[in-house]
Amino acid sequence: MTERQITYVTEGMLEAQRKWGPSRTSYPITTTDIRRWAMATYYPERPPPIYWDDEYAATTRWKTIIAPPDFNPFAWTLSTGAPTKRSGPSLNAQPRHPEGKPLTGLNGGQTDTYGVPMRPGDVVSTRSRLLDWTEREGRFGHTIYVRTEIEWKNQNDELVRTRISTSIRY
Amino acid sequence: MNISFEDLKVGDAMPSWSRKTSFAEWNRYAAVNEEFVPFHMDDEAGRRAGNEEGAFGMGNLRYAYIVNALHDWIGDEGVVREVGCQYRAINQKDDVLTVVGEITKKEIENGHRVVHLKVNVVNESNLGTCPGHAVVEL
Repeated sequence: MTERQITYVTEGMLEAQRKWGPSRTSYPITTTDIRRWAMATYYPERPPPIYWDDEYAATTRWKTIIAPPDFNPFAWTLSTGAPTKRSGPSLNAQPRHPEGKPLTGLNGGQTDTYGVPMRPGDVVSTRSRLLDWTEREGRFGHTIYVRTEIEWKNQNDELVRTRISTSIRY
Repeated sequence: MNISFEDLKVGDAMPSWSRKTSFAEWNRYAAVNEEFVPFHMDDEAGRRAGNEEGAFGMGNLRYAYIVNALHDWIGDEGVVREVGCQYRAINQKDDVLTVVGEITKKEIENGHRVVHLKVNVVNESNLGTCPGHAVVEL
C-alpha cells in the first residue's frame, strides 16, 4: 500500500522558482537614517563615529560616512514604483497546506554576502526570487524550508548585498 | 586597524560583545527597521504566539549584534564580507546576549587578508541562540 505524500509546494512556487520578481527602489539614504540605525543597534552605547561623524569618516579609507552592513534602506518606504512594499515572492508562490489549514511561519536564518558599502545619497534597488525548498517531518509535523534570494544594488549598479534567507513553515 | 592579521591563529576567539535586551532595545530596533510586530512589543501577543514568557526579541537585532561585534573587532578599515546565522532559540526579555566568535581559517585571497569565523549569540545561560559564520577582511 502506498502512503500518500503530503506536500506544501504549490503550482505558484513551481512557476516562480528561480525567476526574479519586480524590483523596487529605496528613497535616498540620509545621514540621519544611518545614525539612527546605528544608535538603535548599539544602544545603550554610542555607535562608532564612522556611522555618524563626517569629519572622522573623511579620514578613513571610505572618505564618507558609511552605513552598518545590516542597514535596511527599505524601512519606512511608501511605494516608489513597485506595486507593493513586499519584495518577496508573490502570495501565490507561497507554501500552502493541501487542505488550506493555516501554516505557522518562522524565520530560519539568513546568509548575507556584502559588496560595496551603503553611503548617504545612495539609492538601492532590490529584487528577489524563490530559490528552492526541502520538505521533511520535523518536531512540529510536516515542515517546508524555503530559500529566497534577495539582491540589492546601488544607483551605480554595484552589488550591495545578496541575502539567502530561509523561511520555515509547518 | 585594531588587530594584526599575522598574529591571529585558528582557534583564537574574537572579543565578546554583549547587550542586555528588553523593550528599550527592541522598540528602538522596531523603530528603525519598521518592525512593529505585536509579539515583539506586547507580552500578551508573545504568549498568543506560543512564548509563555511573553514578548520576545527580533532575530534581526541579534544579527545586527553579530555585525556590530565583527565591526568593533576589525575596526573601520576592515570589511565584513559575509555573515550567516540560524535562529535556534528565542531572545527572552532581560536576556544578556553575548556575541562570540572563533577563527576557523585565515588566508590571503587575491592579496586580501581574509579571516573566517564561526559565530554565535549566547544568552546568560550559555545557550547558543544563533549559530552561524562570518568572513571578514582586514
